[in-house]
Formats: sequence, structure tokens, C-alpha cells
Amino acid sequence: MIRLDHLTKTYGRARGVADLTLRVPEGSCFGFIGPNGAGKSTTIRTLLGLLSPTGGSAKVLGLDCARERRKILAQVGYMPSEAMFYPDMRAGEVIRLSANLRGQDCGREAAALCEALELDKRKRVRELSLGNRKKVSIVCAMQHRPKLYILDEPTSGLDPLVQRAFWAELEARRREGATVFLSSHVLYEVHRYCDRAAIIREGRLVVEGTTAELDIENKFFDYYEGRAGQ
Amino acid sequence: MTIFRKELRTGAVGFLVWAAVIGGLMAVCVGLYPSMSGSMEDMSALFAGMGDFSAAFGLDKLQFGSIMGFYGTECGNILGLGGGFYAALTAMGLLAGEEGGHTAEFLLTHPVSRLRVAAEKLLALAALIVGLNLVCFACGAGGILAIGEDADWNSLLRYHGALLLMQAEMGALCFGLSAALRRGGLGLAMGLAALLYFAGLLVNLDQGLDWLRFVTPYYYADAARIFAREAMAGPVLAGCALGALGAGFGLWWYGRKDIAP
Repeated sequence: MIRLDHLTKTYGRARGVADLTLRVPEGSCFGFIGPNGAGKSTTIRTLLGLLSPTGGSAKVLGLDCARERRKILAQVGYMPSEAMFYPDMRAGEVIRLSANLRGQDCGREAAALCEALELDKRKRVRELSLGNRKKVSIVCAMQHRPKLYILDEPTSGLDPLVQRAFWAELEARRREGATVFLSSHVLYEVHRYCDRAAIIREGRLVVEGTTAELDIENKFFDYYEGRAGQ
Repeated sequence: MTIFRKELRTGAVGFLVWAAVIGGLMAVCVGLYPSMSGSMEDMSALFAGMGDFSAAFGLDKLQFGSIMGFYGTECGNILGLGGGFYAALTAMGLLAGEEGGHTAEFLLTHPVSRLRVAAEKLLALAALIVGLNLVCFACGAGGILAIGEDADWNSLLRYHGALLLMQAEMGALCFGLSAALRRGGLGLAMGLAALLYFAGLLVNLDQGLDWLRFVTPYYYADAARIFAREAMAGPVLAGCALGALGAGFGLWWYGRKDIAP
């Protein structure tokens, strides 16, 4: 589903990611873990075609991320870590705008998601808390029922009840065959919901494997500090 | 046309404010003409004796005592400056505003090509500029009719056409700059509009700066030259070329740039 081969991205002299090679199998839930500035968001933004690679290649659904952005994005639901929308728009208008940009009528799906997440669609974006903006982001990412979910720290700012509703919905989508690629700082979440994971540090892959064999929740710091190998 | 409609909605309040202010000022100015027409002869003589100041604003060529001269001086400056600033500021916010407001990540993670995003935004800019000019023309021309004056409508239409073209060029230039910036740029937009306006004044004063007529759109949008039917094909073509370059650069660059987080 996702294939990175020696992906490198630099910003002038600054490093984004270096020589990153990774495979995300179809139907899996893949956790992408690392400290702030490790290169998680750079990787995600490259997958979405927001950044072009300096070297190597990034493919999603067999399509090149730099050249076939539109085809990829038609099948992807993306949730950014900071959910930012047009401040003067109402939540419902943002959700409708997202569906219109996809050329789809997602009204019924959006209504069901808003109800599950208890999102007030009439409020303007500037009146929404981070958690409520995240809810808008969840609806935008899920309302078109994509094949692949790319989620950047999806639960930060969400209260536990909404987190539970979010994971329940995501698990249901996975059972229907969707693939999930998510970055998170919450080791418990990765351990519980992901079947595969990778740790990234200073732009380079540290370790990658199934969450069962990696035991991320207990051994993260060992991997991160080089005391444990794959 | 989802993005086009969204841009029109986003820009609606700004449009209404600018249109009300510029159009309102133009209507008030024209409305004052009858009460001032008695002292126009003295004012014309006064302006004629002000040397470079008169030349800079074209007052040495315009008959300030006539409705056309009065309109070209007063309303022309209001719409020339106001419309120029409106076009520059609106254009600058189109692309850089998305990155500055961190909404580019939302917009560009939908299956829409960046070319389409930029093109629809450019189209919305054109619609807003045309809308502003229609409102302002209605205020100015409506004012002339209301006070019962008889204008040279052909010249007036050509003048408003030149002002529209000037604002379109200003908008296209700032659109190009907007594609290259990551955020803000409003100061740059105001600076550019002011710089081109002053270049338009300078070219009236110094023969050595004659080349500026191919740089500043205020040269071909000058009431004195239009009413005197001066040939301005060169500056107009240069302006169109500069505008096309700005818009073309914006469309091209936005399609290839990295989008800031």
C-alpha cells in the first residue's frame, strides 16, 4: 500500500528524512513513532505530495507521490496533527467543502460521523477548541470512505470518549479492508491498535516489525537509545 | 468551481467594504462638483501655476473646471489608488494566505491539482476586481447623471477600462509574488502598489525616467493621457505582458513548490 525506497528529504542543509525504506502492507494498521523533529511529518507530507523528495521514491497504491498526487489523494483520508481550517467558516461548511473538493456527496456519512463524535456543525471554526477542530478533521478524513487513512497524531487534543469513538470507527473501517498509517506519541495506542510499527530517529529508521515482536510499549526507549535491536 | 466559489465567499466582506468606501467616495466627489463649479476657474488657474506638482498629477493637461477633468483628477485618483491597493492586497492573500493560515495542508490534500487551485483563485481575483470596478463605475457615472452633467462617455469608458486593466495587472503581479511567499506579504503588496503609483507620478516629471511608462500601470491609466487620446499601445502591451508573466509565474511556481507546514 505504501512503499518508500531510500526516501530522502532535505530542507537546504537541514535534514528531514534520510535514506528511509519502508513497506506498509495493505490492510494493516501501521504505527510510525519517533520524537518531535524525527521526520514523521516530513514522511507523511511527502506521501501526500505536499513535499517533493530530494532523493529516493515514495509510492502509495503503486502510484508515485510526486507525479500522481491527485489519483493518490482521491483514495486517501488525511488527518493533520494541527487541524487548521478557514476561521470564518462553520464546521459543516468545512466538511461540505471537503466533500465538494472530492466531487462526492458524503452527506449521510458525514452526518453519521458528526453524530458519533457529537460535533456541532453550526459553530464557526474560530469558535472551536483544538479537540473540536480535530473532530472536523476526522469527519473530513473519513466521510468519503477512503482505502488508506494517513493520520498524523490523530488523538492529540481529543477527550477519552471521542478517542474511543474514533478508534471504534477506525477499527470498523479496517475490518472492511482499509489500511491505516499513523504517527503517534502515544505508545499504548500503537501497541493496542497497530499490527506493525516503525521507530524513526533523526530522519533514519531505527527498527520496524510487528507490534507483538517489537513490544513497543515496554521497549521503546531501548530501541530508541540503541540498547535493543530487531 | 468549488475553490472559485469559496474564494468569492471568503472575499465578500472585504469586497463590500472596499466597494462601499471607494464607490461612496467617488459618488460624494461627483456630488460636490456642482457646488464647486463656480470656483473652478480660479482653481484651474491655481493648479496651472503649481509647476511640477500639477504636472505630476496631470493637472497641467486636464481641464479641472470641466466635469471630465474634475472626474479624472478626483475620482481617478480615488479608484486608481484604492483599486490598486485592493487588487494588490487581495491577490497577495490568495496563495500566501493559505500557507500563512496553515490551511494549505487542508486544501492541497484533496484530489485537486495545484494548477486548478491556483487558476480558480486567480479567476476569483479577476471576478472581484471586475465587480469592484463595475460598482465604482456605477457610482461615478450614476453621480454624473444625477447632477445632470453631460460627460464624454466614450472617454469615460476608456478611462475606466484602463483603470480595470491597471488593477488586473497589479493583481496578477501580486498573485505571482504570493505563490513564492510562505506567509504574509501584505506589506509587500502595499509597498508595490505605492511604488508603482509614485513611479506613475515620477514619469510625468522627469523625461529621463521615460522608461518607467513600460513599468508602471499608472502611466496608461492616466486620465490626462486618455482624455487627450495619446497613443499608449506600447505601455498597455508591456502592462499586459507583465501581468501575464506574474500570473503565469504564480500558476507555474505554485504547482512545484514545497508546501510549508
